[in-house]
Amino acid sequence: MAQIFAYILHSNGELDDSALELLAAAKKIDPDVDVTAIVTGSGIDDVCKKAAESFKTVWKIDSDALSYPNAEVVRKALLNMLPSDCFVLLPQDTFGMDLGPGLSVKMDSAFVGDVVDIEGVEGNTLKTIRQEFSGQVSTHVHCDVSAGAVINVRPGVFQPAEGQAGEVVDKSGEIGDVSAKRKFIEIQEAEVGEVDITKSEVLVSVGRGIEDEENLEMVFELAEAMGADVSCSRPIVDAKWLEKSRQVGTSGMTVKPKVYMALGISGSFQHMGGVKGNPFIVAINKNPKAPIFQVADVGVEADILEFVPELTEKIKEL
Amino acid sequence: MEILVCVKRVPDTAENEIELNAEGNDIERDDLVYSVNEWDNYAVEEAIQMVDKHGGSVTVVTVGDEESEEVLRREMAMGAEKGILLSDDAFEGSDGKGVAAILKAAVEKGSYDLIMTGAQADEGYAQVGGMLAAMLDYPYASLVNSIEVGDGKLKVGREVEGGNIEMNEIELPCVLSIQTGINEPRYVGIRGIRKVASVEIPAMGASDLGIDAGSVGEDAAKVRRIDYFVPEMGEGAEMLEGSTDEIIDKLIELLKSKGGIK
Amino acid sequence: MEAILALIIVAAGVAGVVYVLARRMAPLFRAAKGPAIDRIGERLYGVYWFPHHRMPRPGYEVAGYTHITTLVSLIVLSIHVLMVIYSGFVGFEIPGLESAVGVGYAVISDIALTVLFIACVFAAVRRGVLKPPRYEVPEKYGKDKSRPWAVFLVSFLAAVALLDMIYLGSDAVAAKAAEEGYRFILPLTGTWFAAIIMSGLSASAAGTVNVVSYFILLIGIFVFVNLLPFDRLFHTITGPVTVFCKKLERGSVKPVQWGVDDESVADLESFGVKKFEDFNWKHILDFYSCADCGRCSDNCPANASGRPLSPRFISLKGRDYAFSHYPLKGPFVKNEPLVGDIFSEDEIWSCTTCGACEEECPVTIEYIDKIVDLRRGMIDDGNVPQSLQKPLNALGKRGNPWGKMEKKRPEWIKELPEGVTIKDLSSGDTAETLYFVDSMSSYDDRMMDLARATATVLSAAGADAGILGKNEKDSANDVRRFGEEMLFMELRDHNSEMIAGSGAGNIVTSDPHALNALKKDYKDMPPVEHISEFALRKLKEGTLSFASLDEEEKGKIYTYHDPCYLGRHNQVYDPPREVMDAIPGMNRVEMSRCRDRSFCCGGGGLMLFYEPEEEERMGVHRVRMAKEAGANVIVTACPFCLTNIEDAIKVAGLEGEMEALDLCELVARHIGS
Repeated sequence: MAQIFAYILHSNGELDDSALELLAAAKKIDPDVDVTAIVTGSGIDDVCKKAAESFKTVWKIDSDALSYPNAEVVRKALLNMLPSDCFVLLPQDTFGMDLGPGLSVKMDSAFVGDVVDIEGVEGNTLKTIRQEFSGQVSTHVHCDVSAGAVINVRPGVFQPAEGQAGEVVDKSGEIGDVSAKRKFIEIQEAEVGEVDITKSEVLVSVGRGIEDEENLEMVFELAEAMGADVSCSRPIVDAKWLEKSRQVGTSGMTVKPKVYMALGISGSFQHMGGVKGNPFIVAINKNPKAPIFQVADVGVEADILEFVPELTEKIKEL
Repeated sequence: MEILVCVKRVPDTAENEIELNAEGNDIERDDLVYSVNEWDNYAVEEAIQMVDKHGGSVTVVTVGDEESEEVLRREMAMGAEKGILLSDDAFEGSDGKGVAAILKAAVEKGSYDLIMTGAQADEGYAQVGGMLAAMLDYPYASLVNSIEVGDGKLKVGREVEGGNIEMNEIELPCVLSIQTGINEPRYVGIRGIRKVASVEIPAMGASDLGIDAGSVGEDAAKVRRIDYFVPEMGEGAEMLEGSTDEIIDKLIELLKSKGGIK
Repeated sequence: MEAILALIIVAAGVAGVVYVLARRMAPLFRAAKGPAIDRIGERLYGVYWFPHHRMPRPGYEVAGYTHITTLVSLIVLSIHVLMVIYSGFVGFEIPGLESAVGVGYAVISDIALTVLFIACVFAAVRRGVLKPPRYEVPEKYGKDKSRPWAVFLVSFLAAVALLDMIYLGSDAVAAKAAEEGYRFILPLTGTWFAAIIMSGLSASAAGTVNVVSYFILLIGIFVFVNLLPFDRLFHTITGPVTVFCKKLERGSVKPVQWGVDDESVADLESFGVKKFEDFNWKHILDFYSCADCGRCSDNCPANASGRPLSPRFISLKGRDYAFSHYPLKGPFVKNEPLVGDIFSEDEIWSCTTCGACEEECPVTIEYIDKIVDLRRGMIDDGNVPQSLQKPLNALGKRGNPWGKMEKKRPEWIKELPEGVTIKDLSSGDTAETLYFVDSMSSYDDRMMDLARATATVLSAAGADAGILGKNEKDSANDVRRFGEEMLFMELRDHNSEMIAGSGAGNIVTSDPHALNALKKDYKDMPPVEHISEFALRKLKEGTLSFASLDEEEKGKIYTYHDPCYLGRHNQVYDPPREVMDAIPGMNRVEMSRCRDRSFCCGGGGLMLFYEPEEEERMGVHRVRMAKEAGANVIVTACPFCLTNIEDAIKVAGLEGEMEALDLCELVARHIGS
């Protein structure tokens, strides 16, 4: 069996949640494999040590050039050291989407993006499951991995695996030429709005099902009755009904509430990707097939425009 | 600036449930209508705005059958000057790399400063842009939501986690995949499409592009969709049943116990 | 000598007027083609009828009668003015006084002059001191230059009238002093007062006053006439022409370009109004004719709910554009795009096309056609809000604004009440009566009840009725009014073909938007009726009868809300009321705004998808009006009205207190005997 590598994202000295999810995904490819974690950055000894608590081998690739994970630079560095025909696992986030497809071309291996499950490998065929049309249908996708593969794994769908401790191998010397035509300049922080939803304990989150800007009023009323803050999904921000700082999702804020109430939100993974910390999720949606019901703890099949005012009324009566 | 935008014809599924066909090997396509992939449309609008400001022209290209011509016409009605249809029986069943290889050949037939794609499609892998860039050895940025034109380079913003924007400088020529919301695409009515109805759209096949037919298409595809199926339901949420009042009472109890009502 | 001086003044005055008018007319000649003016008799009658019936509409009686008084006085005085001017050439003798007719006219003129003077003084006081709020200029529309100018002009006219009195009075005094005979002067007229005041003057002094006042008066008259084309008073010249040329077909929309038929419309270079000269001459004439009376905006629901639209300023901005770009001297200024510069996008999209402004305008200025033309221009340029692009695209692909599947259009007939039948003609069946459902009642969960109630009424009246089912597409009433003419044509042609193919002998609809489209925008349709007209007909025929309201219902107070496309645009005011009143036990009240003064619910069709900036929803205003009238059930006859009003009841926090119902639902519940 080919070697499996997992690219580890980290920030502020902590491993990203995706790290152990990738480990879990790797074990579905080959339960017996020793997964090698790849950690890039500058001054990453602590992170590497943390990674080594779960991964048998951790490649430390430490360089000033990698202080920010610029996909082009990372790709060049990896190409200089990865063996041929290997598996590389990446999270399907804004970095993985930037790196994965191009990396597979340069490695001449297969690419499968946004994998939600892995059924295993038979011969040279990797069997994966993906979703299409916002999760309305799933597909079995088979992939010829004779020359290896780059697999982007959807964050949040694999239960984090328990790994075995291992050791850090310093590969910094093998970086080679990483001059790039794309240069990172800076991160422009999103403007903080009137509420910081990343600190909210209870969130009432509203999506497309609200239909009309004016109907937002009822959501704010419910939130007020509950003592919650209001957040939303992307379409609401795209329509400019609420400010960007209220948007939950991979392209918005990452929130860690105790209770998350999703009103008229279909529950795309881009949205749920922003909901962390395993909150108690209540979903209210009139479409019984909405994917949100798969991730929610409790669901109500109802039109929020009718349900929410009644709920607010009852809560006010308490 | 000469800009090539890669577009794709996709089922328009916004308001309709996707259902499986009787055989279960495909979605029910009879009742579907098709349109240009939303992300691609933003890319074309962005390209047109850049050309309006800095000069040059926009070309739209797609890999697909004859029916895909309609999306090229639609985008030309928006303001793209030329359309190219890459169509060949040999292209059918291509995986992402196959499509990228076909597009690469088309890019090399022209002379473009900038290639754009949509960041993703509802039925896609969000892969072609990155693959095309790697094949061309062009720099690449995905999920772009702002572009500023500089001298021989661009300043692009990428939409990253936390609602933040990652600013990059990228040398031309390059490939960018465009995120929705970067602009407000203009409306295209029937009249606009009729105006470009008679514009010739050249179709190019494998031989025109100099592609070895065996290197693309179904046989060359390493990644194959085997079937469609409806994901298992029910393992998720506990659905509250009963009259609205009963549901609300149950819900309030649950919310209270979980600290959802302060 | 005096005659030469008079001649110079007259010549200069006339030359001035001719020059100014010629310059003012320039944009009309550069404008797009206008409507052909036919039906002359009807139009002439309109010119007579209109001012009398429009000017003193309820609420505007003071201004209205002041205007009628002024207008009649001026008409009476028109010959007198010519005689006065002429008198300067013949020794300051008013001609014709030797005959009884001449004296009679002089007496009438004295009265008219007096009335004119009083009316002008009153108008000056009203505008300058009393200041009715309707004339306020909101800050966003710039400084109020209008009021001081208005006060000045009416004061000026009063002064001219006064001078005339002095001229006539001094003539009488001079004649008396010279012991010559003079005509009869009616006591208590201005002329009589003038003569009394000057009665002490000698013959020569009176003669001097007579000559001097003549020249001042002559100058005054021509200055005043020359001032007319500079402001609202231009309406005194162009107003009657505008009324004469007004659109005679209510509810219709002008073609993309007058004189270009459907077959060749697609070949036009450009659609709609993008620059000023894309307006047709009638519309530019409209701008000139605006009297700035403020009634349009006073009745505009968009204005009332704080949307960025005030029809008054559509006209005033148009007029100001014409004045500044076609100046009295120097070259005409190159045109500039209107939308974004003169008119804002939101302003143009804010209009619900309810027609309240046009209903009220005393000079029949057309607003809807202008708004539609501006929208056509924006659509043609692709300048359409994203919120409207989605439904427009869906209408093109699926024939309904949500993009739902065609096969789901007739799904509502799967759950018909017992005993109710309606055929789905898409399976090849035929029926005598076609029920045109339209998108809202076909697809919206709540409005499907309305469709089912309509089917119930049809069925109960024994109609052999069917629907087009999956072959029906949106009537496109609002597609057209949102400026997407080509899409409208496509949908119209599709529906026309399907309707013709169905072989139905008549059409009934419960959606006034569909009613309007079928009647006004489609051609060669079988007779089209609104369900209220159908029900009334069947009531009178005796094939439909009603059971009494139950006890609970009898305790309720009902009011009827006129949908814009049923009432104002199609003049169906009475049938819904008569049908309601035919239900035994009905207790119905009228809102203060009803019938042709009905207040739009917020707009139907594509307006459902547009997100206007507004302070308060139109529907909320409307619900409050119903409450003020003492009603607790608002009955309407349009699926869009019902949606908006039901929403508004929730927003206004009046749930439980107020309810909304469609006429069909009310009727369906009480079928019986």
